[in-house]
Amino acid sequence: MATSVETQTGAAATAAPKLPRLLFGDNQFFGVNHMSEEKARAQAMRFQDTGAIMDVLDVAYDEGITSFMCTTHDRIAEVAERVRLDPTRYADFTFQPCMPYAHKYADAVTENGMLGALKRFLPEEGLMNAALRGGKAFATKDVEGIITLLIDAEMAMFRGVETPVIWLQNVVVDLLLGLGFKDAFAIFDHHVRTKYRAQPGFITMNLPLLLDALDEAGLDNPIVCSNINKIGFRMSGGIEGYQRVLEGRRFRAVAMSVYASGAIPPREAIEWLSEQPNIESMVFGASSRQNIQSTRRLVDEFFGV
Amino acid sequence: MSETNAPAAEVPIETARVRVGVIGLGKMGLSHLAMIKAHPWVSVDAVVDSTGYILDVLGKYTGLKTFTSVDEMLAAVELDAVIIATPTKFHAPMVKSVLERGLHIFCEKPLSLSAADSDELAALAERRGVVTQVGYHNRFVGAFREVKRLLDLGAIGRVTHIQAEAYGPVVLKSRGSTWRSNRNEGGGCLYDYAAHPVDLLTWYAGEPIGVGGTVLGSVFSEHTEDEVFSTLFFDAGVSAQLSVNWSDESYRKMTTQITITGTAGRIHADRQECQVYLRDTAPEIEGYETGWNVKYTTELTDEVWYYLRGEEYSAQLDHFVTRVVEGAVLGTNSFTSAAATDHVLELLTIDAAAGPSTRAATAAPAPVAKKKGLLPWRRA
Repeated sequence: MATSVETQTGAAATAAPKLPRLLFGDNQFFGVNHMSEEKARAQAMRFQDTGAIMDVLDVAYDEGITSFMCTTHDRIAEVAERVRLDPTRYADFTFQPCMPYAHKYADAVTENGMLGALKRFLPEEGLMNAALRGGKAFATKDVEGIITLLIDAEMAMFRGVETPVIWLQNVVVDLLLGLGFKDAFAIFDHHVRTKYRAQPGFITMNLPLLLDALDEAGLDNPIVCSNINKIGFRMSGGIEGYQRVLEGRRFRAVAMSVYASGAIPPREAIEWLSEQPNIESMVFGASSRQNIQSTRRLVDEFFGV
Repeated sequence: MSETNAPAAEVPIETARVRVGVIGLGKMGLSHLAMIKAHPWVSVDAVVDSTGYILDVLGKYTGLKTFTSVDEMLAAVELDAVIIATPTKFHAPMVKSVLERGLHIFCEKPLSLSAADSDELAALAERRGVVTQVGYHNRFVGAFREVKRLLDLGAIGRVTHIQAEAYGPVVLKSRGSTWRSNRNEGGGCLYDYAAHPVDLLTWYAGEPIGVGGTVLGSVFSEHTEDEVFSTLFFDAGVSAQLSVNWSDESYRKMTTQITITGTAGRIHADRQECQVYLRDTAPEIEGYETGWNVKYTTELTDEVWYYLRGEEYSAQLDHFVTRVVEGAVLGTNSFTSAAATDHVLELLTIDAAAGPSTRAATAAPAPVAKKKGLLPWRRA
């Protein structure tokens, strides 16, 4: 353990700053609930007004949870706009976009086919039209060109707000991982670092396998977010496999689904998490002041303030 | 067991290698490819797609061996099994030519566009002794499996009625044509969406003896249906109602739900949870009590080796691979069970064309049957 701590400290001198201990997630705002369709629908009703989303974000922000890990859902553009318009109030507010918003693309693929969907989401700018007309990016299978343009299209809504970490969402990460398309991870990493001066992050449901792939893609000490919970819910490769990589691998772990969709009581869930090695950060979603405050308190209690 | 199963069956399971080819690289094909490629017992030795683009990108960046035709692949590469994920209209001829080579087949749903074709394929598969499976993934969803288990235990007494529903936001406006909007290619709400709850119905209640009052309604699509409603009649006085609409934007994604009423209770399930009400007349079931019981996906779902979009997708492929390795011709979602679902889809099509069975004396003829594009039983 001592060695790995030293290594990390050594790397930290040149690496980007640590992530905040707590990140605020957005599932609850968009009718995503892994436990109950009824709860999901009730949440979708409550948060169809962006004002209701802002009210919850304000509570979290005032609790000192300033980083919002969010999909690139159209509604997030409205949240970004509100933050942009009030720089005094939201001086410390940061977004951590998770892209792409998969449903947007899945629906488009259903509607327009694979290539049609790709064309639909590319920015309608001269460059791309030229590329399409000349058939360059497509004809040469210039995947790098296509991926970077898609990232730019997704990032448009965050112009003028802080995005210190940009995440590649799990459906895409795990699809690329399964296909063995490792170059795509390196392309994402490079573009996020150079164009947005941000840290790239990868979300996965298959942590041990992804770490191998990121290694092979040449990405050192990557930020990786995955389900990490006491009952092993959606931890593909098994809970022991996850504990082994937390113990022995060089990466920056962000835990999600810590409560396993409500199957584990919060105190028990966070206490267990705090006993796992090398957890840098935890993402959680909540809709009430009470749940936000109690999560904050439990994390302070078990991880230290 | 036939010769076709010999290579896999003779190998110890832990060192087994199933050589797989993936045919069709659309949304489902790519997803299957990603999952099966990560399976520890599988090597993906070839992929096939008719359009070169995705194929070329995959070949270039992943080193997969690529082909633009199935015959070309079958001639060039020695395989144990294939996964077919092309538009449905191609299934029957493709499955047939693969079966003739004695390979095991996982085919996306529905098996074919004609019940007769599906029966023929199921019979041919049986003669060849190969492992077959169709992608009705709901049979691998923990909550829907729990429903089946409870029914087999007689938990809610004698079943009298089942409601099978599916809603989601697929077709939300009038638009141009793809294979999904063309019934002759296997598109439309009936084959693409309703097939799932129909398959659950045949799993839970067997094949219906008849159907009535079927509506294949258009909401936005010109050439096919966007909603499916029907009553299904089963033996022993069991009835079912089917209600499906893929033009419902109030749902974030496809939501399939089953509600079953019996003399001793009621079960309601979707992919997240299973809610069970048991009367005091219900038999004792371990882990259940009289009154309401709720089981969530966290306790009903088994771990999978690889996760993409839901455990059920991995679990069904794992079931297929395991059956191939063990040479187990019998298993969940064989061609025979998929053919039963195709029979129902055909019955629904015929019934919808007949229009209302009981008409009001003064009412105008049913407008539905006259609508342009709602003549789906006329196949090209």
